[in-house]
Amino acid sequence: MSGSLWLNLVPAFVVGGLLCVCAQLLMDLTKPKFTPAHVLIVFASLGTVTGALGWYEPLVKFAGAGATVPLTGFGYVMGKGAVQGAESGILGVLAGGIEGAAIGITAAILFSFICAVSFKPKG
Amino acid sequence: MSVLVKVTPQEYEEMNKKIQPKPKLIRNCAMAFVVGGGICLVAQILINVFLYLGIALKEAQILGTTSMIFLGSLLTGLGLYDSIVSLGGAGGILPVTGFANAMVSPAMDSKKDGYILGVGAKMFSVAGPVIICGTIVAFVMGLGCLIFR
Repeated sequence: MSGSLWLNLVPAFVVGGLLCVCAQLLMDLTKPKFTPAHVLIVFASLGTVTGALGWYEPLVKFAGAGATVPLTGFGYVMGKGAVQGAESGILGVLAGGIEGAAIGITAAILFSFICAVSFKPKG
Repeated sequence: MSVLVKVTPQEYEEMNKKIQPKPKLIRNCAMAFVVGGGICLVAQILINVFLYLGIALKEAQILGTTSMIFLGSLLTGLGLYDSIVSLGGAGGILPVTGFANAMVSPAMDSKKDGYILGVGAKMFSVAGPVIICGTIVAFVMGLGCLIFR
């Protein structure tokens, strides 16, 4: 058991790394160069679409953090939330996306605010 | 007999450009792979620790992502995350740590503009578009699901 617990580090590293390579290619090969914001938006949208269609779920099962930590994972929880919400009607659709990402968004706002307030910019 | 190819400085520049980008592209991708993969590896180690402590897989994964957001904000605050991005390119940008960096960095820099128009507004200069895009796409997908199912 403890052996198989650490075996999942390999797919996490490889899949996470490959997603970042795709992002790097997107940045280097586009003519008006993609900014980090563009890259994040493209990957979040891709994650949302594939998450809603149920295509991203197998990747999460296979790669764990390698699929959830890149920003496609952020989109995945939004897409999945909206589709799950659709079972309870239009209000579920409206709530589902943000609901799925709620923990991530709240944590990001909280930590970012604390860090931005308590640290001084360098240089 | 010698073969001379006449090249104007401009043509030479163009030829140079044709040759140069390739090794740089491969190097960038290799660094993105190692750094991005490494960040995911750290997250997976954290998740495994949570699993070892008896936390269920779903919660462990969410806790892992949350911890990475915390680490990303902290490293940005300490001024260390910029070197990760310059080292790994997209490998530092794409993981949630990069998302946290994109929130903290502009917020910290515009503290002089106050807490409302500085920190509060600039925190979402990158995160805002991402959340907007995700929300709209998620709504459209959910709506499609509602109509076609």
